[in-house]
Amino acid sequence: MLRYVSGRLLGLLPVLLGVTILVFLMLRIAPGDPLIALLGEEAQGLSRAALEALRVQYGFDRDPVTQYLSFLGGVVRLDLGESVRTGQPVLREIAVRLPATLQLAGAGLGIALVIGLSLGVLAAVYRRTLIDYIAVVVALAGVSIPVFWSGLILMLYFSLELGWLPASGYGTWRHLVLPAAAIGFSSSAIIARVTRSSMIEVLRSDYIRTARAKGVGERRVNLRHGLRNAMLPVITVIGLQFGGLLGGAVLTETVFAWPGLGRLVVDSIRAQDGPLVQGTVLFIAVVFILINLLVDLSYALLNPRIRYG
Amino acid sequence: MADQAVQAPAPKARPGIFSSPPLRRFLRNRMAVVGLVIITLLVLVAVFAPVISPAPPAAQNLRERLQPPSAEHWFGTDEYGRSVFSRVVYGARVSLLTGTIPVLVAGIIGTLLGLLAGYFRGWLDNVLMRIMDVLLAFPSILLALAIVGALGPGLTNAVIAVAIVSIPEYARIVRSVVLGTREEEFVQAASAVGVRTPRKLFLHILPSAMGPLSVQASLGVGFAILSLAGLSFLGLGIQPPAADWGEMLNRGRRFLPDSNWLLIYPGLAISLTVLGFNLLGDGIRDALDPRD
Repeated sequence: MLRYVSGRLLGLLPVLLGVTILVFLMLRIAPGDPLIALLGEEAQGLSRAALEALRVQYGFDRDPVTQYLSFLGGVVRLDLGESVRTGQPVLREIAVRLPATLQLAGAGLGIALVIGLSLGVLAAVYRRTLIDYIAVVVALAGVSIPVFWSGLILMLYFSLELGWLPASGYGTWRHLVLPAAAIGFSSSAIIARVTRSSMIEVLRSDYIRTARAKGVGERRVNLRHGLRNAMLPVITVIGLQFGGLLGGAVLTETVFAWPGLGRLVVDSIRAQDGPLVQGTVLFIAVVFILINLLVDLSYALLNPRIRYG
Repeated sequence: MADQAVQAPAPKARPGIFSSPPLRRFLRNRMAVVGLVIITLLVLVAVFAPVISPAPPAAQNLRERLQPPSAEHWFGTDEYGRSVFSRVVYGARVSLLTGTIPVLVAGIIGTLLGLLAGYFRGWLDNVLMRIMDVLLAFPSILLALAIVGALGPGLTNAVIAVAIVSIPEYARIVRSVVLGTREEEFVQAASAVGVRTPRKLFLHILPSAMGPLSVQASLGVGFAILSLAGLSFLGLGIQPPAADWGEMLNRGRRFLPDSNWLLIYPGLAISLTVLGFNLLGDGIRDALDPRD
């Protein structure tokens, strides 16, 4: 297992390095002067001498490789620079917003699991019946409906018309319900799909027949023997869905004025706050990579065939 | 059907195409046919948009602002008195166009990269696939957003961003097909009789990838439409006054809850369109791979 873990960690290094290169390039592929791109509106009204001073301060007078290396050096020391607009360290801006996004993604994942697993199990157990059909249609709706639209529809009915829940904002669990439901529903679809096909596969296997033959009850066969073994592929998908959750958060947070990382990215793009965009995008990507690593490791832990494969 | 080929040796005749097992399986699949019907209707709406819509999509009528749906204004009117129905109809053009372009671009680039990586293997494969891993290391909408942030808002840049984000899927699919077929006898035979590499790649190996590629392309159009709608919703994609569903939602949400028709119809249009492409993609997949 240790060898597997260290191998996976080592394989991650080039990807992490690539991610920093890509994020570094983002500010530089922009047409025009990268300094202006970095400063955004703040550049207006600055004298030429002030601009040149800033150019030296940000290192834009040096060659790209040196610039990248100093950027990478900063990243390794957890220094992502400062927001152009607020002057705060980027990492602090991220730290302030992180809890809100974790709450939203966590609650969304919970809802996605409840909906996805139940739909998937029902569809597999009642295969080729109306229940299966309905479950498949609900799952398809989940992948086809834009998450920001389902969010807006939920907001329209449950807060603006019925007044049950707040339309936007952050603080109590009541604020969390609608955005989490919107994100959870759209992420549940893939989980339902994978659960269904994995369950169908498992329910065909010999040990299920054995369990039935020795008189294990139907519910127990499906959940204890079936779902438990069908969970492996589902776990992988959950890891991938976390990317979907973080991505969905970008749109959902904007709909519900939820003060998380997703909205930070959108706001900083609109404000052309280069370092903040760069740092936040990098941070989310690294989190996503680490989560997938954890999923892979747990998968290997659960399924020894992978460790020794 | 096999003997038909003998009777009708027309140069382009593809005997049995309508009775090929995959196609029959596809047509027997009710969901797939529903998807095909949705897309066909959508294409018709897009083509005949000027005929179908009661008014030009940009025609303002400030005296008829924010009218609810009625016999006169089927889907109501927006804050400039423009017909929401006309704008939804014209939006089909925008969506179909902007949904297919990234798929074509990403499909072509991804296919070429996949062919190169899978056929030549070695360091080239390694480098290309690590680059794909880097692109896949970001949640896709976030990467698209970041690229638009770098290039600047606007339709062209949004389309470029979605195309870049989509490339890795195609590259991976083609690469795995190449790796699977390059040792097959028909490819070995082609090498033995001296078929050159490019010809071998495109005429002998690539056809095997067409099935999975078409599945990915269909799902990819749905993904592209969703992503572009999301970017436009954030105000970073297509810019007003274009009749775009995502942009309509972005403006329409300011008039909630009173003018909910500004929200409902464009959103339904996006959802139905994406549903159509997802159904089609799933249908093709099931037809090609009838395991279940």
